[in-house]
Amino acid sequence: MEFIETLINGLSIGSTYAMIALGYTMVYGIAKMLNFAHGDVIMVGGYMIYVGLTVSGNPIISFIAAVLSCIILGITIEKIAYRPLRGASPLAVLITAIGVSYLLQSSAQMIFGSAPKMVTVADLGSISFSGLTIPVYVLVTLICSVIIMVTLSLFVKYTRTGRAMIAVSEDKGAAQLMGINVNRIIMITFAIGSGLAAFAGLFMLMKSPSLSNTLGAMPGIKAFTSAVIGGVGSIPGAMLGGILMGVIEAFSLKIPAIAPYTDAIEFLILIIILLVKPTGILGKKRREKV
Amino acid sequence: MINLKNAKWNHYINYIVVAAVTIIFAILSLTGFLESSDKYLLEKIAIAITLAVSLSMVVGFLGELSLGHAGFMCIGAYLGGKAAVILEPMLGEWPALIVSLVIGGAVAAIFGIIIGLPALRLRGDYLAIVTLAFGEIVRSIFMNSSKESFGGSLGLDTPRFNKDILFIIAFVMVLATLAVTQNLIRSKHGRAITAIRDNEIAARATGIDVTKYKLLVFAISSFFAGIAGVLYSYSNFTVQSTKFSYNYSIEILVMVVLGGMGNINGAIIAATLITFLDVELQTILTGNLAVLQDLIYALILIVLVIYNNAPALKPFREKYNIKTFIGRFRPHNPSKHKDDEAKWDRVPTKIKMDEVLSVDLQVSSPYTPDKPGKEGK
Amino acid sequence: MSKIVLKTENLGISFGGLKAVQNLNLEIKERQLYGLVGPNGAGKTTVFNMITGVYKPTTGKFWLDGEDLTGKGQETINHKGIARTFQNIRLFNNMTVIRNVMVGLHNQPEFRCNVFTSIFRLPKHFKIERAMRDKAKKILDIVGLLDERNNLSCNLPYGKQRKLEIARALATNPKLLCLDEPAAGMNPHETEDLMKIVRRIRDEYNVTILLIEHDMKFVSGLCDEITVLNFGTSLVQGTPEVALNDPEVIKAYIGG
Repeated sequence: MEFIETLINGLSIGSTYAMIALGYTMVYGIAKMLNFAHGDVIMVGGYMIYVGLTVSGNPIISFIAAVLSCIILGITIEKIAYRPLRGASPLAVLITAIGVSYLLQSSAQMIFGSAPKMVTVADLGSISFSGLTIPVYVLVTLICSVIIMVTLSLFVKYTRTGRAMIAVSEDKGAAQLMGINVNRIIMITFAIGSGLAAFAGLFMLMKSPSLSNTLGAMPGIKAFTSAVIGGVGSIPGAMLGGILMGVIEAFSLKIPAIAPYTDAIEFLILIIILLVKPTGILGKKRREKV
Repeated sequence: MINLKNAKWNHYINYIVVAAVTIIFAILSLTGFLESSDKYLLEKIAIAITLAVSLSMVVGFLGELSLGHAGFMCIGAYLGGKAAVILEPMLGEWPALIVSLVIGGAVAAIFGIIIGLPALRLRGDYLAIVTLAFGEIVRSIFMNSSKESFGGSLGLDTPRFNKDILFIIAFVMVLATLAVTQNLIRSKHGRAITAIRDNEIAARATGIDVTKYKLLVFAISSFFAGIAGVLYSYSNFTVQSTKFSYNYSIEILVMVVLGGMGNINGAIIAATLITFLDVELQTILTGNLAVLQDLIYALILIVLVIYNNAPALKPFREKYNIKTFIGRFRPHNPSKHKDDEAKWDRVPTKIKMDEVLSVDLQVSSPYTPDKPGKEGK
Repeated sequence: MSKIVLKTENLGISFGGLKAVQNLNLEIKERQLYGLVGPNGAGKTTVFNMITGVYKPTTGKFWLDGEDLTGKGQETINHKGIARTFQNIRLFNNMTVIRNVMVGLHNQPEFRCNVFTSIFRLPKHFKIERAMRDKAKKILDIVGLLDERNNLSCNLPYGKQRKLEIARALATNPKLLCLDEPAAGMNPHETEDLMKIVRRIRDEYNVTILLIEHDMKFVSGLCDEITVLNFGTSLVQGTPEVALNDPEVIKAYIGG
């Protein structure tokens, strides 16, 4: 029984990671950059929910406000910080992203102070059947994630914009020559990624109500790790990597002997997987022509 | 040995400046003009320079992105510190310091080679995430160590050293780092290393032993990171694992990048300035204002990187920068350049991450041809 | 009867079932200028990639001076004596011309020195650097780039970049020099010049040269023997006059 509970808990942690990893992987695949600030967008989403709850008291309104503000934030960051650097050295873009990450964290601390805020989104309780006790938020997380992932996959596969995204990720120059507005596609990608980050923020606050300005930092790194494990640039890869990471984390935390080393174990798995398969589990090889 | 007539002064200027600064402050310190906070600041600066210069070897000259430099420093700090704790009662102050420097550096170098192995298969962001993961693993292991071994979450208490002298030792280590890094880079081996950065496939085809040089650079770079770690433990009397998170690696990387990739003098200046401002602002901005420092730091970082790298600003940069400004007063005569005058300080660095979805695959099987003997139908 | 430098036997490679090259048998004699021609996609560069260790052949073997090098790594094969240039130029762009050549000299026995010699600046380091510079100048003189030696290699015009690649390959002191389309993108005057350079390299360095080229005037004016490849198989082997007038070859090129 405990096994199944842990597994379901792992799946829920994993789907949160997958949600963040999707943002990383899409931006990585299309804008070819590691958006280090992505984790901090989650944090902003968290604070927006907090503000919304304080002002309106309605969880749904505050969540919608959080999603919208994250999307606007994502687009703004892309436009101001990353777009001027398109075509510059990828390392410069990475450093700027790190700068944006610091900026978001310190702004949040300026505005909301450094003491963690307690945010209770909604007390959903837990349900139990045939000996299993599962908190409702776990189920909500799982169901929402599945719906989002399916929608996203269909969107990328079957809509004009989705196909344009694939084209841009394959070859920016060629896509532009085919009449695709690359800037617009990249903007949409950032918008989607940031929107997903708001969802991740909600899931994380449902799990533990403590909100501080480093809320997104470690989950962000872990989610990027999941994206890399699954194969960066691949949407199913991000989901697989995220779920895998979450399940490992849940089980590792259950075993007292290795629980303190959970982070280390997750990172070790990353290193091993990359050494065995340098492109990640579902990553495609792209070869350099000699 | 060194023919002074042919010596390129600009190659030696950084040794001279660092040595002069050291001597001046050494005199001030020994005559009692320096406060203990000044000495602490000097130690911090020396540690930062050592870290920045050693990282710039990997990032600037080998062209690999490493986000695990703090991990190597962490290994040096803990193992060197532990060695000092054990050895000090037995050997006395000085021998304990020297032995622990060697131990901290050597163990870090061994781990540098271990983490260099993935670098043979991975490039760009993939390597960055692996090195970051390595740093976090190291930190987590020390954090969860038992109280007797490395102090666990409380940290490891390490011996104290005469503060009048410690920063001088730290600056001697800076000089050693500079000497090794620059002598290596300005030699045939350095040429091989930069060749790997510029075009790995061509370097292999030209017979350069890529494996050897990648591991060598990782080993030397982490050796000095380890040394910086030992100095850190002596400077603070305690080693806390929380210090060595990936944020610290990033801070070192920022020094290297702001200094201009592959520009050692730039890295020295950036490390000095950032550390100095960090400490000074900490004393000015207290309480709620402290966060203002991070905010300003982040803004400066973003603006500087965009200004220095944005393709749209290129003509503007070329028109208004110090180099062209000075260049106006200096007659330019290309034929006067000496052969192989290595403009090491100005080597532009490209890390080819445009093949992001790709990873440089193993050399011998980049296209994974079918297995021998199993011909396709 | 002169010595055979490169011998391949049934050399072949396939990618995912597609046979890029199959059953290739070459015998290149010492000091020969050997041409490899054929329509686009015939597998010429793939042959180069196999004999320089970029790919491992799926079938067959090849020998350099009687030594089996099949499946060895790129560095090893270069040390054994096969050097190459690339169809899409691969220079060390952030280095000056002379330093590109000096990288090529890196592994020559007379310039060997370990890392510590350089780090501690022992006298040997300075001696070697000076000797390398002189040697590099000599090589640059042969390809006519001596005056350009202090320019950055990325600032050179296309034709000179190709010559620099040849110089860099030559610096590794190969027994067999493989040139992948050395005359591509050159005007007739430059091509003429290149022919002279290639001959001079062969004569002064006693090196055997294997080259891929589309310019038939270049091939027939330079090569002693050629192999025509089509769809990964050898069509005809022989002197340029005979091989290029073979009806099979004409058919391969112009169809029909």
